[in-house]
Amino acid sequence: MSDSVGIAQAQRASFDVPLKFQSGATLPRYDMMYETYGTLNAAKSNAILICHALSGHHHVAGTYADQPKNIGWWDNMVGPGKPIDTNKFFVIGLNNLGGCHGSTGPSSPNPETGKPYGSSFPIVTVEDWVQAQARLADQLGIRQFAAIIGGSLGGMQAMQWALSFPERVRHVLAIATAPNLTTENIAFNDVARNAILTDPDFHGGDFYQHGAVPTRGLRLARMLGHITYLSDDAMAGKFGRGLRSGEYKYGYDIEFEVESYLRYQGDKFASYFDANTYLLMTKALDYFDPARHTDGNLARAFAPIQADFLVVSFSSDWRFSPDRSREIVKALLHNRRNVSYAEIESRHGHDSFLMQDEQYFAVMRNYLNNVAKEVA
Amino acid sequence: MTTQAAYHNPGAPSDNTGTHTAIVQSRPDFAAIAAWIPQGASVLDLGCGDGSLLEYLKSERQVRGYGVEIDNQGILHCIERGVNVIQSNLEDGLSGFESGAFDFVILSQTLQATRHTEALVKEMLRVGREAIVSFPNFGYWKARLQVLRGNMPVSSELPYQWYDTPNVHLCTLHDFEALCASHAIQVLGRHVITHGRDVSFMPNLLGSMAVYRFKRAD
Repeated sequence: MSDSVGIAQAQRASFDVPLKFQSGATLPRYDMMYETYGTLNAAKSNAILICHALSGHHHVAGTYADQPKNIGWWDNMVGPGKPIDTNKFFVIGLNNLGGCHGSTGPSSPNPETGKPYGSSFPIVTVEDWVQAQARLADQLGIRQFAAIIGGSLGGMQAMQWALSFPERVRHVLAIATAPNLTTENIAFNDVARNAILTDPDFHGGDFYQHGAVPTRGLRLARMLGHITYLSDDAMAGKFGRGLRSGEYKYGYDIEFEVESYLRYQGDKFASYFDANTYLLMTKALDYFDPARHTDGNLARAFAPIQADFLVVSFSSDWRFSPDRSREIVKALLHNRRNVSYAEIESRHGHDSFLMQDEQYFAVMRNYLNNVAKEVA
Repeated sequence: MTTQAAYHNPGAPSDNTGTHTAIVQSRPDFAAIAAWIPQGASVLDLGCGDGSLLEYLKSERQVRGYGVEIDNQGILHCIERGVNVIQSNLEDGLSGFESGAFDFVILSQTLQATRHTEALVKEMLRVGREAIVSFPNFGYWKARLQVLRGNMPVSSELPYQWYDTPNVHLCTLHDFEALCASHAIQVLGRHVITHGRDVSFMPNLLGSMAVYRFKRAD
């Protein structure tokens, strides 16, 4: 028996009630792309929402009928018999507002002008995303999620759910995430944004009308980001000081294997990802900070939370380090919430949360087995 | 680090299908610990292993409990049992826990395997209003006899050879009570056990295991 969800079907949900953003801006109507796997039970109690990170989208698992090689981004985790078991749960993946995979975003046409939103698309925050996700849940008839799961920026959304809608989420699985970004992380994001903003092809965000794409900026942003998602160890292990041609060429062409890899990753990403979406995603990361309303006191900020938590971090993740996850755990303990915390030994840096690892997967599986019993 | 997996416990059931009677038989300190804990107390179990004590206390005393464990297998067992567990190294201290956060902080069969024992006992009394420890009594006559014969003791309580033992801070009842006396710690209760039975006569000689309940004397 296959452990894949098989052929997935992307769906579009449309909303015509205006959504007001944290920034004050309003989107009069919008679409959201989503996919579902597994079956919603009669009590509608077995739904799991997967929140995606910076470059993710609604295609979480399986393939498409016309694209057999287009495998979902978390296919190793989601499927029949996998840790997020689609035999037990009704799993929803979606593409956030501002995205570039079909949900309304900067490249979508603004109904008022008929032209792409571009620079006029509002800045979105994690809070805004959660409001939009809740409307999708309403439309699907899901009053309460068995669990909301996310890694990195996705983990921030999962936490925000427990804050914005405490009664609508039973369990939060917050993976490789943080209660806010460190100064260094904001700095990295700013360099990435500057690479895009200063690309002459960016045209202030309205490059669509100019028939241009700020590929160079986006490529640089991704190369920088990619370095920070790995660890020194992982890169050394994968590429070392390996040379493509085996000897120095004394020039600026690609010589080291790592250069070749980064440029390939940058080119690949820039060929399909939207520059404005990249800017929006990094800004949403920078702005997330639930404790800013409570003088920096996370324990007080977490007071509304009712959900049980599983917090997972990875030893080599220096962008969302184990220390940051422990801050989340400590704030939950202060509020007497049920919480378990696993620190996974891993060499792959921040990207570890997307990789197959025996202990990581067993932790997820064991935790979700109990969630399944609880909502059955 | 092997600290928190130190206690060799061959009889303990590894799943939660075993009866609590079986758990208590294989871990005689569990019943003694539970007897001191009131209904609904908050409990932090340091070196909680597979979570069986917390599961027992949840069912017997409806405690709000959390375990601390470093071992990956222990983490998996706890999560499987539905017991809250925080993966952390006790030797790094308890900085992840606020002062006075728990009614009880328990260290069951782990004291003798901690490196910074004195600091950990202090930390237990910072985080908990009271503390409970259990440990093998190095003053037990069988241990003394083996030393008298010229060897380090090896027994069911201390199943290791001197060269592979995680137990680096073994003590007797007298030694532990001396630590309490010199650190302004008030002993609130003591159980001394051999083969699952309470020992009241010459406990430092006839008891193989001790369980202490204590708090800061202030």
